[in-house]
Amino acid sequence: MLVLTCVPAFLVLLILVGLFVRARPILAEKPFFSLLFSSAWSPLKGDFGLFPFIMGTLWVTFVSLVLAVPVSLLTAVFLSEYAPRSVREFTKPIIDLLAGLPSVIYGVWGVLLVVPLVGRIIAPFFGVTSSGYTVLAGGIVLAIMIFPTIISVSLEVFSSIPYQMREASLSLGATKWETVRHVVLKKGLQGIIAAIVLGLSRAFGETMAVLMVVGNIPRLPRSVFDGGYPLPALLANNYGEMMSVPLYDAALMLAAAVLLLVVLFFNVLARLILVRVERRAA
Amino acid sequence: MILSRESRRLRRRKMEERIFRALMAVSILIVIGCLVLIVGTIIWKGLPAMSLSMITQIPKGGYYLGKEGGILNAIIGSLYLASGATVLAILFSLPVVLYINVYTKKRSRLASLTRFSFDVLWGIPSIVYGAFGFIIMVFFGLRASLLAGILAVALLEFPIMSRAADEVIRMVPRELLEASYSLGATRLETALKVVVRQCLPGLLTAVLIAFGRGIGDAASVLFTAGFTDRIPTSLLEPAATLPLAIFFQLGTPFPEVQQRAYASAAILTVLILIISLVARGLGKRYTRHIIK
Repeated sequence: MLVLTCVPAFLVLLILVGLFVRARPILAEKPFFSLLFSSAWSPLKGDFGLFPFIMGTLWVTFVSLVLAVPVSLLTAVFLSEYAPRSVREFTKPIIDLLAGLPSVIYGVWGVLLVVPLVGRIIAPFFGVTSSGYTVLAGGIVLAIMIFPTIISVSLEVFSSIPYQMREASLSLGATKWETVRHVVLKKGLQGIIAAIVLGLSRAFGETMAVLMVVGNIPRLPRSVFDGGYPLPALLANNYGEMMSVPLYDAALMLAAAVLLLVVLFFNVLARLILVRVERRAA
Repeated sequence: MILSRESRRLRRRKMEERIFRALMAVSILIVIGCLVLIVGTIIWKGLPAMSLSMITQIPKGGYYLGKEGGILNAIIGSLYLASGATVLAILFSLPVVLYINVYTKKRSRLASLTRFSFDVLWGIPSIVYGAFGFIIMVFFGLRASLLAGILAVALLEFPIMSRAADEVIRMVPRELLEASYSLGATRLETALKVVVRQCLPGLLTAVLIAFGRGIGDAASVLFTAGFTDRIPTSLLEPAATLPLAIFFQLGTPFPEVQQRAYASAAILTVLILIISLVARGLGKRYTRHIIK
């Protein structure tokens, strides 16, 4: 049992090392940073610049955060400060279910509803013609997928704030919202940041749903109405050919390693913040 | 004069309160609305294309061009894969979770490190598990197969199940363990006979949550499980999965096949809904052995 208990900590390292070992052939040919910041992507000629894909991921993640953060935080505040017990009990399974829906389902829904919405209504509204398979569509679908993460982590953070602090604020004549703003949000700020960072790292690695709606064009997106090509989509789309082109598999494993590094960084950061928040509450 | 300024300020503060209340109401309606909209759209689009042959037949020749057949291969494949992965994940996750809760001291470094690692593992995207599963597969000289898929999905399920189980087991009162020790039980006996029994409903919920995740995940099986029109008969054969079947059908240019993708998506959605309902119900029932 003790040996097994060491597995989780070890597994994180093992995955990272495994990916980098498989990526070594390409790292032997080109320096790491030139691969990261090169825009040339043509596997047949041996060009494996990951920059467009990294930017694609950043764009989609950014759009999803802009959409998801206000909605999730307001929902979390409502559920923790305003809602009666019955509403809270009713909402919890809904949020769990939203978290449990497979990403393919989000993808199909995105193709059915979000892509036409962007292509036929939102883009023409801004005077742009677009197929709808855009960064914006990816961002919208992703935003819904990260609602549950941000909401449930924020709820935990809010519940760790002592009730007396709220009462003190209310008794000084503050309105409920003022109490939320000056006490709950201020006290919970670190935890909220952690919740957002966790949502961010979820968004960063999400594959299938984004892949289905984002267009997959390996070029730098210039606006939210351009197609993008995030890193996970790159991996998922090319697994079939990667063994037949030299260095292709190494390049993809490098992409996976980069993805993992970024996600690990954000995750560890968020968890460290949360551990501190928890310790202070206890 | 002063009074009216005060009252104006008060009105403004109340206004702010009302605006934010309204924004909150809108937000929560968006969140609930999204779920209703997603499930509604999938079922509404999927039902018309649903037929008995979808769930009772495997693809006949030219299925992906719009010919006859169904996706029984993918349904069975997904069930095999998720069941295998769940069993494997239980074998790893239960001992670890029991260990950090029963064997370690209250403020153990090892326990917090393990919990931290589970949290971090939980955040790793499924495509990375897929890529890592692929590396293991190549390392052992396996081909894309049910076995490789099970390995990748088990990795994905491991932290999900462990975190859920840990949350349940952590709630076991310390006194219960002490009562068990004082009756002369060893730690192992306490862990298996007292803790597991006490937490059984919660543990089953944890298992089902992981199972639901496993059955719905596409990115991790993309590299590892392969895809085939047949129902696998051994661990070393490739296996089709429901999420990938949806993905591939949607990717064809034929409207009839795309219709079937919607139907398959409806099947998967209903499956997930059933699993989460059962998981929820389990949390409430089977509490016979629980000491409160």
